Amino acid sequence: MSDFVSGFWSTYISVLVLVSVIGCGVFLWTQDKAKHAPGETTHHVWDETLEEYSNPLPSWWRWMFYLTVVFSLGYLAVYPGLGNYAGQFGWSSHGQYDKEVADAKAKYDPIYDAFKKQDIHAVAADPKAREMGKSLFLTYCAQCHGSDAKGARGYPNLTDNDWLFGGEPEQIKTSIMEGRTSVMPAYGGNPDAIGGPAGAKEVANYVRSLSGLPNDSILATKGKEKFIAVCSACHGLEGKGNTAIGAPNLTDKIWLYSSREEAIVDIVTKGRTLQMQPHKDILGESKAHVLAAYVYGLGGGAGSTTAALAESGSATAVQAVKK
Amino acid sequence: MQSQATYNYQVVRQFAVMTVIWGIVGMLVGVIIAAQLIWPELNVIEWLSYGRLRPLHTNAVIFAFGGCALFASSYYVVQRTCHTPLFAPGLASFTFWGWQLIILLAAVTLPLGYTSGKEYAELEWPIDILITLVWVSYALVFFGTIIKRRTPHIYVANWFFGAFILTVAVLHLVNSAEIPVSFLPMKSYSAYAGAQDAMVQWWYGHNAVGFFLTAGFLGIMYYFVPKQAGRPVYSYRLSVVHFWALVFTYMWAGPHHLHYTALPDWTQSVGMLFSLILLAPSWGGMINGIMTLSGAWHKLRDDPILKFLVTSLSFYGMSTFEGPMMSIKTVNALSHYTDWTIGHVHSGALGWVAMVSIGAIYYLLPRLFDKTEMYSVKLINTHFWISTIGVVLYIAPMWIAGVMQGLMWRATNLDGTLTYSFVESVKSTYPFYTIRLLGGLLFFSGMLLMAYNMVKTIASGKAVNAPVLEPTVAHA
Repeated sequence: MSDFVSGFWSTYISVLVLVSVIGCGVFLWTQDKAKHAPGETTHHVWDETLEEYSNPLPSWWRWMFYLTVVFSLGYLAVYPGLGNYAGQFGWSSHGQYDKEVADAKAKYDPIYDAFKKQDIHAVAADPKAREMGKSLFLTYCAQCHGSDAKGARGYPNLTDNDWLFGGEPEQIKTSIMEGRTSVMPAYGGNPDAIGGPAGAKEVANYVRSLSGLPNDSILATKGKEKFIAVCSACHGLEGKGNTAIGAPNLTDKIWLYSSREEAIVDIVTKGRTLQMQPHKDILGESKAHVLAAYVYGLGGGAGSTTAALAESGSATAVQAVKK
Repeated sequence: MQSQATYNYQVVRQFAVMTVIWGIVGMLVGVIIAAQLIWPELNVIEWLSYGRLRPLHTNAVIFAFGGCALFASSYYVVQRTCHTPLFAPGLASFTFWGWQLIILLAAVTLPLGYTSGKEYAELEWPIDILITLVWVSYALVFFGTIIKRRTPHIYVANWFFGAFILTVAVLHLVNSAEIPVSFLPMKSYSAYAGAQDAMVQWWYGHNAVGFFLTAGFLGIMYYFVPKQAGRPVYSYRLSVVHFWALVFTYMWAGPHHLHYTALPDWTQSVGMLFSLILLAPSWGGMINGIMTLSGAWHKLRDDPILKFLVTSLSFYGMSTFEGPMMSIKTVNALSHYTDWTIGHVHSGALGWVAMVSIGAIYYLLPRLFDKTEMYSVKLINTHFWISTIGVVLYIAPMWIAGVMQGLMWRATNLDGTLTYSFVESVKSTYPFYTIRLLGGLLFFSGMLLMAYNMVKTIASGKAVNAPVLEPTVAHA
């Protein structure tokens, strides 16, 4: 790819580069022909003592210079450099990339495709697949969810059994492939019904009461009505959330951001958008399948009852980092 | 005619003293960010966090420390080799105060987060305008002095200083072309976009290395090495060839900073080839400097200033060999984005730029303050050894860390997945970061010795301006 807007620029570059490279050699040659008087000075004196010897160019240095000029001309013959001319080798960085990707696909795809045919439960129990899943996780997922998969503020913990979008194997796979977005509008989209910041404070107290956290019961009682009127549309009447739209369960003690009253008020008044990017174009389905099995096997996945599996799953991820 | 006029040493003195002070400040910031890489807890507040301090470090060591060394030495050299006082002394004084103001503004605005986002050109547009004013004044003073010289020929050091001043003006004007959006807060957008922006940036970036950090300091070398060695420059012809070849080929080398990016393939190839051709022109300066000592090698035994100058040339030769090698695409595929680059830069910045500057300033200070030598020559020797060990402790672990990172990043398992996550390569780098910090601390503490030596020298001396010398009449 040379991206020239017209043939003129290609010619311009070719001529300029060739003249410049050859010019270096010609300049060196003419200067080397100049008269020398080794051991004598040029008879110019500056600042009392500064003089220059009229020594010739060191021979080895001169040849090193010529060598780089000759090498450059040879390189320009076989690699792109002279405008649109592609070079005898026909090499391009795009070509190299495409070839490496194709080679990698041919070599590695069968390994992943073999697992794609298996049920995710089975893949999760396969030590070799778990090892592969761990590597994928540390490359693609650890930036947000952490090397130990325990998440961070705003990024879900994947080792517990609380799932924003569902913990069934296929649901996890869908999250990886398609990404997830969930939007909570400010005041649930209805500031009047909530009653502004003061109402948000009441709702926050009610939300805290759902998981048994200390709260002002008078405020919480007022908040309950508002919660049922507005928030329950997504979070459910009992506040247990809705995995179809990624509305968190508010009755457990698991908090994506914070359980502090001010933090909840902040979310109610400003809203929140959660987003995970889709990965199907980066990973392809087979890798997503193996990765989903690994995440499922971390222990939190719905129906993933094997405690030992859960232990070893998250333990290997932790070890990988400690290594 | 007996000339009663004196050289303008006032501005040389000012810049020489500030070289040492800004050296300490810039290297202290370097030590802090090196420590932050080991202990992230040291990022206490945003103004002093790594992202803000890193550009402050680079600007302080390159433009404050290096810049003051170049101003001091070029003003000294151009007067003495032209046998005439500086042209436009008022303007020369303006360059001193203007440059200090720019440095202060950088020290305030960079920690506050004002940046144009261009590496080594981070300062925002009002400061860019001030830089232009100071630089044009610098050019007027320098070339004005050249024009009124009393010698028929222009000494080789001045060719290099001249090329450095002219080119930096062009580099600054082109790369900092930007559209101001607001004055408070200072904000502007680059005149370029996309791959063109990247190309202009690295055309600037690499030539900042080539002209600010190489040509300018070769100017220093061409005066202070023959002076301190008391020997003629080895080869006039070599000076001519390597000067023109150096200034010509450096201009092309920038694309090697953008290998395997959206830059067109032909641009990358041309950048790599001219970087390779650059090897011989770069080494021309080293050969000319080191061979100048032939017949005077014994002086190295007990002259620590000469030790600084000659060691700087060795590091110069080493890093200008390393540079072309790293520009080869297959080598770059391993070295790019690793700490190898940091090691390479510092073998040039500490080993070459700082050491040649330190040698030159030690030469200058006694002459500017009416002394025959520094307060303590022994301390210069101590400074030399601390610095040399410091540089080695800095660059060796960065080489090892860089190669290690490059290999870890490309290692794959049998299933095609990456063998190491990024954070594992960071973890493996900690021991090397620690040795690097030690090296940096040593180099920094050497600067403190220098400051002490300088203060003692100035305290017992007095500011003098040497009389202008009559040119020696050339004998045919």
